[in-house]
Amino acid sequence: MALTKEQIAQRIAKELKDGFYVNLGIGIPTLVANYIPQGIKVVLQSENGLLGMGPFPYEGEEDPDLINAGKQTITTIPGSAFFDSAMSFGMIRAGKVDLTVLGAMEVNENGDIANWKIPGKMVKGMGGAMDLVASAKNIIVAMMHTNPKGESKLLSKCSLPLTGVGCVKKIVTDLAVLDVTPQGFKLLETAPGISIEEIIQKTSGKLIVEGKIPEIQF
Amino acid sequence: MNKIVAGAIEAIKDIRDGSTIMLGGFGLCGIPENCISALVEKGVKDLTCISNNAGVDDFGIGLMLQKRQVKKMISSYVGENAEFERQLLSGELEVELIPQGTLATRCMATGYGMPAIFTPAGIGTEVAAGKEIRNFNGKEYLLEYAFEVDFAIVKAWKGDADGNLVFRATARNFNPLMAMAGKITIAEVEELVPAGELDPNIIHTPGIYVHRIFQGKNYLKRIEQKTVIRRN
Repeated sequence: MALTKEQIAQRIAKELKDGFYVNLGIGIPTLVANYIPQGIKVVLQSENGLLGMGPFPYEGEEDPDLINAGKQTITTIPGSAFFDSAMSFGMIRAGKVDLTVLGAMEVNENGDIANWKIPGKMVKGMGGAMDLVASAKNIIVAMMHTNPKGESKLLSKCSLPLTGVGCVKKIVTDLAVLDVTPQGFKLLETAPGISIEEIIQKTSGKLIVEGKIPEIQF
Repeated sequence: MNKIVAGAIEAIKDIRDGSTIMLGGFGLCGIPENCISALVEKGVKDLTCISNNAGVDDFGIGLMLQKRQVKKMISSYVGENAEFERQLLSGELEVELIPQGTLATRCMATGYGMPAIFTPAGIGTEVAAGKEIRNFNGKEYLLEYAFEVDFAIVKAWKGDADGNLVFRATARNFNPLMAMAGKITIAEVEELVPAGELDPNIIHTPGIYVHRIFQGKNYLKRIEQKTVIRRN
């Protein structure tokens, strides 16, 4: 069975280590916050000026001055800190953020990512995405393996305007976990019950399949 | 020294057609609501607005867009405003979409008296078109310039008669940076106090950057995406 969005997030959460500072993009990446492993402390950065993003508030306790990058109301945690937007992107640019998780429309075998614009159709702006991919130490993409038309999102060459080049390290889709290597996409794990043949068929870019490929464990 | 003005109308009195203005806020959080209303009321037009977002259709900068007061927007994300996206796609509105970190840092550079900065954001993308690229320690960076800006309009939580400002939570965002950058900086605050009441240790923006300050009123503080959990 292909993974659900929640399960993609759950698998990505396994990459978290104690003491990590993490930026989660909008969409599937936000769900990673629900699966932080027990016993470790991870500090979530919100690019609009908060370290230590907490859960959503209880009904009636929402604070209009306290939102995340997706404009949702949130809370703080013990140890939280507020700061301005230049410091926020400064800590990203200077490599203080250990892990960035974001969604994508396309990723290519070079690690290029396109996730901000569909010319003539969707031109909402890049927000903080270009800053994150240009400077983050470790970037994991969370996305569906194919788009709604059934076309592969893992390509040799991106067709959409790029957000960044040569930056993606790891990809978790509803079908697989893959690394981006100098030789192309490398299959690491498959979703339970998904065949390697299906993944090969749905991956348009160069895909390396070596040895026995384990199933994703949660 | 008298920086206190009666309200938004007086604060924006010399903003003319064709001005370039910075507006603080992230989404609808920390936006200068009173000054935006006053700008809409005044009807000043052909504005170049530098602001991270464009509000929503019926609030924030969205109100100025509805009245066609904005000639050019410089923003990083305009997804919450359908009218904006429409004006952009139809060519009615000139838009420069720039990475959020670049926007923030260019505001900072302006306020810090630096003519330009280098950032890797946008390397390899259309954002790099026509820009100078330099290599530092094996990594490529884009040269980005400080802004030319007439007025900066910011929203703070507390301010004093000398223009010192304190911000609250994530309503801070671009406000301190834009406050430093304005040739004329206008600050609207939720609580205006006499000089001496704010502890110097906790001031975020020193008053040297602020030319006009007023006690704001009737803040709606709209929430774009109210997201809550229910108690069991």
